[in-house]
Amino acid sequence: MPPGHADRPGPPGLASDAALRGPLADKVRAYPGTLTYLDLIRRNKRQSALLVLGMLLLIALLGAVLAAALAISGAGPDALVPSALLGILAALVVGGLTTLWSWYGGAGAILRMSGARPIAPADDPELFNVVDEVRLAAGLPMPAVYLIDESALNAFATGRDPAHAAVAITSGLRARLTRDELQGVMAHEMAHVRHLDIRFAMLMATLAGLIVFASDAFWRILRHAPRAGRRKEGGAIVIVLLVAAVLLAILAPIVARLIQMSYSRQREFLADAGAVELTRNPLGLASALEKLAADADPLVNAANRGTAHLFIVNPLRRMREAHQRLNTMFSSHPPVQDRIARLLALTR
Amino acid sequence: MLWIALGVAALFVVLLVVVIGLYNGLVRKRVDCDNAWSQIDVQLKRRHDLIPNLVETVKGYAGHERGTLEAVIAARNQAVTVAGSAGSPAGAPGAVAERAAAEGALSSALGRLFALSEAYPDLKANTNFAQLQEELTSTENKVGFSRQHYNDCVGRYEETRQTFPTAIIAGVFNFGPREYFTVDVAEQREAPKVSFK
Repeated sequence: MPPGHADRPGPPGLASDAALRGPLADKVRAYPGTLTYLDLIRRNKRQSALLVLGMLLLIALLGAVLAAALAISGAGPDALVPSALLGILAALVVGGLTTLWSWYGGAGAILRMSGARPIAPADDPELFNVVDEVRLAAGLPMPAVYLIDESALNAFATGRDPAHAAVAITSGLRARLTRDELQGVMAHEMAHVRHLDIRFAMLMATLAGLIVFASDAFWRILRHAPRAGRRKEGGAIVIVLLVAAVLLAILAPIVARLIQMSYSRQREFLADAGAVELTRNPLGLASALEKLAADADPLVNAANRGTAHLFIVNPLRRMREAHQRLNTMFSSHPPVQDRIARLLALTR
Repeated sequence: MLWIALGVAALFVVLLVVVIGLYNGLVRKRVDCDNAWSQIDVQLKRRHDLIPNLVETVKGYAGHERGTLEAVIAARNQAVTVAGSAGSPAGAPGAVAERAAAEGALSSALGRLFALSEAYPDLKANTNFAQLQEELTSTENKVGFSRQHYNDCVGRYEETRQTFPTAIIAGVFNFGPREYFTVDVAEQREAPKVSFK
């Protein structure tokens, strides 16, 4: 049984790290069963494609319902089918364009939303060295490095593939970590890049954001839809459609959020394991996670519910407190203490 | 008669597709190995370039530690020579091992130099030295990490190359072995301990 973090005398020192490095290297088996990072890449590619397809389907459905509801409240049930088809077509065009934007501009949008600014090697040689080290261990190209000027402790990675990846870290976290801890955190982010979690998470952040936006807009249109032209014989259909519309508008964001959160929890564990595979040093990341867990400062400006799943620990404090106690269905991250315990289990 | 001919032709096509797939897999893994090797090479060259600068800086503060300094320079020069002659893992067998030995010796010489620097507070306070130490520490880590990646690639390549049925393809098309970059001496296996303040 791994010791609780409270039993351990302070953060692990460097001497013990070095002593562990040799024998540990042979013991580290990062992924459960016969799963390798190559399987994770395949899974992320498949799931990203499914996500895009699912989103397009949902958008088409929304478009159809919206157009049908409009047609009935306006011209009556005769115009139902053609306008629904027109709605699907319009929604697919919008959805297709959004997917393109999400693919090429999603990472940039996420970085902008988080207030991250790109930095050059001369700004922080040590940080660049550490990132360079872990990307070499993964055999990947050097990602762009971003700094978020916030005192809260957090970090994330994004991009559509390793060649277009970026890692971002808050200035607060950068200042608080030792070199080994920084290496652990960056290895965790690089594991996300290597596993292609970044693609899935990026599409999720941008496309799920769109669903929320679309259903908001849907509500607004519904409220202002013309009621004068509504006919008696269409009443039943109108009610059915309205109920469907309301259900969809309520369900869409919840579904999007649920997928977003349930998927990223396992990814966090696997990225921790992947980080150890890269650095062969579980103590660096474990010690960094303890610092992250102890930090009560939420990322007010940099994160929101749409991007929370990208970060190494949940940036929204309320939710972090909740899921440190229990691993609920709605939490985007596993409890930090669980993650630390699993990392420490690797050291024996 | 026609059906048999068609059947044989179809079988041949299927076989050809399988062979092409296996062949391409081997080529891809070999290319991965060579890319990974070039990453190590870059880091080793960078280390060779940093050392004269380091030695000059240390000389200013601890010039009388001649033995340690000369050992570093000798090990560095030896490593440069080996790098020039032995070259890549695609070359002669034993090239990688020779290179690993030279670089291992350089690592331990460097380790002694850094251990010695602990005794000179003025040297440790020198910003140039601090920068060089971070650069060399990082380069050391990068050598270690790119070696780890290279060995992973070699592992995947060798597994494919030596297992059936790829082994037949590898034999026919002359896919040679790739050597692991191993560090044998226990003292060198331990990534050189350089303390971070």
